[in-house]
Amino acid sequence: MSENPDQKPGRNRAAAARDVIQSVIAPQSSIWSSVLVVVLAFVTALVVSAVFIVVSDPNVIQAPDLLTALNVAWQDVSGAYGGLLTGALGDPSTIIAKLSSGDAKVAASAFYPLSETVVAAAPLVFTGLAVALGFRAGLFNIGGEGQVIAGGLAAGFVGFSVHGLTGFVELPLALLAGFLVGMLWGFIPGLLKARTGAHEVITTIMLNYVAIYLTYYFLNTTLFQRPGRTDPISKVVDSAAMLPSLAALNLRVHAGALLAVAVAVAVYFLLWRTTLGFEFRAVGANPDASRAAGIGVGRVIVVAMSLSGGLAGLAGANIILGVQYSVTPGFSSGLGFDGITVALLGRGNPVGVVAAALLFGGLRAGAVQMQAATSTPVDIVQVIEALVIMFVAAPALIRAIFRLRAVRGIGAPTVSPGWGG
Amino acid sequence: MGRVSTAVRALGAGARVAVDRRRTLGIFFLLVAGAIAAFFGYNVPGQSQAHFVLNLASSHAIPIPDLVVPVRATAFGLAAACAFLGTIQVVRGFGRWAYAVLALVIGLFVFAFLAWAARNSSVSLVGMLQGTLVRAAPLTLGAFSGLLCERAGVINVAIEGQMLIGAFSAALVGSATGNALLGILAGMLCGGLIAVILAVFAIRYLVDQVIVGIVLDLFCLGLTGFLYDRLMVPFQATLNSAAVVPPVTIPGLSRIPVLGPILFDQNVYVYLMFVLMGLIYVALFHTRWGLRVRAVGEHPRAADTAGIDVARTRYINVILGGLVAGLAGSYFTLGAVGQFTKNMTSGRGFISLAAMISGGWTPVGGFGASLVFGFADALQNFLSVLNVPISSYFLLMAPYLATILVVAGVVGRARPPAADGKPYVKQ
Repeated sequence: MSENPDQKPGRNRAAAARDVIQSVIAPQSSIWSSVLVVVLAFVTALVVSAVFIVVSDPNVIQAPDLLTALNVAWQDVSGAYGGLLTGALGDPSTIIAKLSSGDAKVAASAFYPLSETVVAAAPLVFTGLAVALGFRAGLFNIGGEGQVIAGGLAAGFVGFSVHGLTGFVELPLALLAGFLVGMLWGFIPGLLKARTGAHEVITTIMLNYVAIYLTYYFLNTTLFQRPGRTDPISKVVDSAAMLPSLAALNLRVHAGALLAVAVAVAVYFLLWRTTLGFEFRAVGANPDASRAAGIGVGRVIVVAMSLSGGLAGLAGANIILGVQYSVTPGFSSGLGFDGITVALLGRGNPVGVVAAALLFGGLRAGAVQMQAATSTPVDIVQVIEALVIMFVAAPALIRAIFRLRAVRGIGAPTVSPGWGG
Repeated sequence: MGRVSTAVRALGAGARVAVDRRRTLGIFFLLVAGAIAAFFGYNVPGQSQAHFVLNLASSHAIPIPDLVVPVRATAFGLAAACAFLGTIQVVRGFGRWAYAVLALVIGLFVFAFLAWAARNSSVSLVGMLQGTLVRAAPLTLGAFSGLLCERAGVINVAIEGQMLIGAFSAALVGSATGNALLGILAGMLCGGLIAVILAVFAIRYLVDQVIVGIVLDLFCLGLTGFLYDRLMVPFQATLNSAAVVPPVTIPGLSRIPVLGPILFDQNVYVYLMFVLMGLIYVALFHTRWGLRVRAVGEHPRAADTAGIDVARTRYINVILGGLVAGLAGSYFTLGAVGQFTKNMTSGRGFISLAAMISGGWTPVGGFGASLVFGFADALQNFLSVLNVPISSYFLLMAPYLATILVVAGVVGRARPPAADGKPYVKQ
């Protein structure tokens, strides 16, 4: 990536240098102002989304007078956001009532919303880490979707075709398969970028489609397709390959959540405690300086894209081995793209990614309950998420809205401007 | 040999790259020739024939007899033609015509493939080509959208979102008013509104353009999905059943056999695509406005020094791009099915972006690259009549793999505008 030839020394250069130092040396600085920006961005996003909820309600538009309209609007918004909150965390009075009922099953069901939040958050942690790792190395892995699919296909295949092993062997084997094939899906764009300069945004998007058609192809072969079925659905994975449930008692929370946290710790360790991680961050901050300092930039790009793909592959494995137990078309359901929002909100930092994934996982889980209770469509959650990221990415905008004098924003990373032609 | 290499060395690195690229392209042509002969000719019995139907039931063209070609002889003939072109390319090169020859070679390959796939059977060639153009129209318009933005130095990854919201609002307004033109205008307007957001974030707040684009895509996906459930599902009859814009028959010209049904008896969006292609080409490369835009995209500081308002130029171009992307989106509802469904563009905005890049940031190139995707899209409808031993899913994968090859520079790499994606801060 060539530097902008116009950049003159001065304020820009100094700001860029500060960013470089910040991202390489002190990744955790100014955490409180970051939290403040996120909170304000979240509030703004909720307000804007509330406008969408209100104006799209025919009952508000057709109300006879303003007071009725306001009343209906208030019920709309409070019902939707209330449903979102109780769907994500649970309703306090219901939880207390269920816990004091004395019956283990009823008591456990008090934690159903939390369990759903964690189930939704686990794959987001993996794809969020995948994108975040790429960001750190200056790469924009937009092909998480394809890598999720590739990883899920591989993990599922091992899960339903290898038999007679104990869970201690088969589960790690299936997860490893998901990781490795996801890695392959990241390795290809990495190699192409390192060797030819082909921009990863285009190559990874193209590989998404290749993965989608591969899924259809495999699900129509006897190797994958469930016997007796004509629709594209795979065999069911062995119980030895399933991610074990953490709670039983009708709660869906499974060991994938623990794996996600462990992987986040591993990524943190990799990025800030190893030479390779330092090289990632150096290349991400300034590829030219890194090259001059003797870092093999091409190698770093290939390794970073491969690892990023592997992490996304684990998200696919997590879905297949922990939630669905069989491969179907579209099982990735936008996880790769959601990873981008999670990584941006989590500031490209593993701790932040876990927090952001829990937040968005909560929104996802809550949205299902919200739609059931108030018939507000779940898609509003995606609007909220996108708005949060927009506001977080432009702290100057938040500053202007709330008339704050100085919020040191977290901003969005700048990822390789241009197409690298 | 020695003299050649000395001459090359004397010309310097730039010329050496040019020579390498010329040879690579020539070798690629030779490989295509080999592939045609090996896959579509070698194993085919000599008496196999392919029937290409040249009439369309619905067309106004004068009927003509079917085209019947011997499969094996056709393949060997086309392979020889490709080999001839490849040899010329390796030895002395086609210079500025290289990309036109590349398009020709791809066309020959596709024809050889079709002859082979339709062996002992018959396929409507005219129907396939007509379908290819229709499917290529929204992709080409999307590529134009990207082109308008990127020539001014702003990357527009939000094409997908602009298309989706364009499709949604076109269906909504088109159904509610019963007027397709109002629907199309609404689609363009909403695409333009998303572009305004993109422009403000990218130009004013200097946020990474690819990131804003992607987030806007997700925003549009969520918003259209939400409003679809909220408005269109309960009021399907009044808010989501627009009349499809009828095809326009050009009198006289539509009577020409083959060309008539393909070019002059077409979907309105195909005509719009050709008109815009001419307009954008002339505006960008033969007017003062275009020169200024390209200056802003190549070297904003120089443009600024010369008195061009960089930010203003970028705002205008990004918004123009949004309008065009919204128009492209309106095709999916008003130009095709008349109804909106969730995520109905299904990533075609990203395909447009790829088409723009493999088309070398030019209107004609973007159109050519879109044709490849359009053909693959149209081919899906003909797979049942074709005689192909490999899984159709691999055929459907081919254009995506081909795009990767093009972007990776195997076939020759185009150069993006120098300041593409880089925010400009006035000093």
